[in-house]
Amino acid sequence: MSATMDLEADRLARATIRRNARNRWIAYVTLSLGVLIFAFPIWLTLVGSSHDASTIGRGDVPLWFGPHAISNYVSAWLTGGEATRTTRSVPAWVMLWNSLNMAVLIAVGKIAISLLSAFAVVFFSFPGRMIAFWLIFITLMLPVEVRIIPTFEVMVNLGLINTMTGLVVPLIASATATLLFRQFFLTIPDEYVEAAKIDGAGPLRFFKDVVLPLSVTNIAALFVILFIYGWNQYLWPLLIVSDRDLETVVVGMTKMIGNGDAQNEWNIIMATAVLAMLPPVAVVVFMQRWFVKGLTETEK
Amino acid sequence: MATLSLDSVKKQFAATQVLHGIDLEVADGEMIVVVGASGCGKSTLLRIVAGLETATSGHVRIDGRDVTALEPADRDIAMVFQNYALYPHMSVFENMAYGLKIRGMKPAEIRRRVDEAAQMLEIGALLERKPRQLSGGQRQRVAMGRAVVREPKLFLFDEPLSNLDAKLRVQMRAEIRRLQKRLGVTSLFVTHDQVEAMTLGDRLVVMHQGRAAQVASPMEVWGRPADTYVASFIGSPAMNFLAATMEPGGGAAALKAGLAIGFTDGPRAGEAGMPLTLGIRPEHIQLGQGGLDLAVDLVEPLGSETVIHGTIRGGETLTVRLPIPARGIGAVLPVILPWDAFHIFDGSSGRRIEPA
Ligand SMILES: Nc1ncnc2c1ncn2[C@@H]1O[C@H](COP(=O)(O)OP(=O)(O)O)[C@@H](O)[C@H]1O
Ligand SMILES: [Mg+2]
Repeated sequence: MSATMDLEADRLARATIRRNARNRWIAYVTLSLGVLIFAFPIWLTLVGSSHDASTIGRGDVPLWFGPHAISNYVSAWLTGGEATRTTRSVPAWVMLWNSLNMAVLIAVGKIAISLLSAFAVVFFSFPGRMIAFWLIFITLMLPVEVRIIPTFEVMVNLGLINTMTGLVVPLIASATATLLFRQFFLTIPDEYVEAAKIDGAGPLRFFKDVVLPLSVTNIAALFVILFIYGWNQYLWPLLIVSDRDLETVVVGMTKMIGNGDAQNEWNIIMATAVLAMLPPVAVVVFMQRWFVKGLTETEK
Repeated sequence: MATLSLDSVKKQFAATQVLHGIDLEVADGEMIVVVGASGCGKSTLLRIVAGLETATSGHVRIDGRDVTALEPADRDIAMVFQNYALYPHMSVFENMAYGLKIRGMKPAEIRRRVDEAAQMLEIGALLERKPRQLSGGQRQRVAMGRAVVREPKLFLFDEPLSNLDAKLRVQMRAEIRRLQKRLGVTSLFVTHDQVEAMTLGDRLVVMHQGRAAQVASPMEVWGRPADTYVASFIGSPAMNFLAATMEPGGGAAALKAGLAIGFTDGPRAGEAGMPLTLGIRPEHIQLGQGGLDLAVDLVEPLGSETVIHGTIRGGETLTVRLPIPARGIGAVLPVILPWDAFHIFDGSSGRRIEPA
């Protein structure tokens, strides 16, 4: 009696193991397909950046690396390819430098401003606090694209066309980040505020000694998102910057694709595209350590 | 080393009056426990003393100095919170040192004070740890340590033991009491737990709906409760209340259940037939013939003691605590209500009536 029951239990257990193994296989196959679909264009770009201009110009789509990688990257980095009749070329390092400046300034600026405004909205009660909050909230509905004409005019009047300031400042105000920090600050127990009051810490001291350290992982997460947001800006840089020495890589790359007057140097464009991908990837990889740390060490 | 004095402190949140005028004089070194049901305004009172909340009216004086308008940091107080409120990103040492650092104390002096407090609380080995690496009891000690290093005029405790398990609570209770006695710091301790209140306080403030129902020593509160609320709140199981009326002459009461109870400590003022509430604690009721018959509903064995719930003639419920084992308790129990164990309350206001 007991022996047959053991057998039955054994059979059931093995069936479960088989079923789990099959489910795992389905998951792996699905994920692999997904990775293929996402990775294929990037693969094409990588491979394309290692052939000479004529290979791609002929319309071939090579699937494996060619011999010209080093020369392509060197010329993309140093010259940005040959100038055409209508446009001069800009070296990739200039564009990358501009993009890096813009993205870092936007991310840092957004974080600084939203930290302070969220701090004010959450930890102080002052007349018009809710009005201030709703005003910030409403600007969510007015992204850069919607207010682009008036913003452009303001920048013209201030003489900020073709400056890094003009490029960065209008992109800094951020309702989203303010809201995120507000939500996070609301989870900080009132007792910390009260303990700090009894300890004799003033508001700025409390901000520096308690709020900021507790927000580190949120700041890191937001930095990644905002850095990529800044890096990928297209419309505003296109409008505000005409000086090619201030051109960002996202805008610059589209200008490298000509209007048909001349042969496109696809190899150089692909190399530039690969270079343009590296900083966001680096930021994600580097900051990921912070995320994971923040996720595993829940402090509170 | 300080006295604390509250002078008709009132607090109103929007339309709701939370404190209806609290008066209190606390002597130097005294441990006052504010006890009452949840929502009666205990925390609000404590926070007004701390300066975290502003009183709608009234005054708070520490050592004779009116601090009503001062910031918490300027009142020279320390507070222990229910959830400890230790800064999670700071080590135990930094947590304890933070207030001293802000006050601009020299690092050597900070070190000395923290070490001294840590030794006293036996947390010397934990100074480099983060709060999340501590057990509940250890966090509790650190929270105490943070208060102690300040060497304040006043300790304020807001239910600091209610996040601990029962055993640890008893242990920490005794430790807090020892520490407070040793340091001699005037303290205000808020709790909803009557046992905590009875064991910790030099005096209790029993709060009821924003009023101090009674301010007295634990034994006084237990032995001569000021009204039926205090009588039912302090003591476990709670005091029994029986409806009665005054007999002519004020020397006795007639229970609704049909028994006459003489006032052994002297007659009360009041006309005959006036409604009374007579209170008697379950442990003062005895087994024996010649009293009432208790129809037993429920028997709760506590080992050597037994708590028995039942009803008496007239339908009133009665709880009895007897020093006998539960076995062999029948359906009907003859009980005696000793006259000298009764507390006499006004039947309508609930106030205690003393002998005239
Ligand atoms: N900030 C506040 N705003 C409005 N009502 C409050 C506030 N703080 C406390 N109360 C109310 O005051 C009453 C007493 O609260 P509290 O002092 O915390 O009670 P206890 O500590 O005795 O449980 C409760 O009814 C509570 O809802
Ligand atoms: Mg409370």
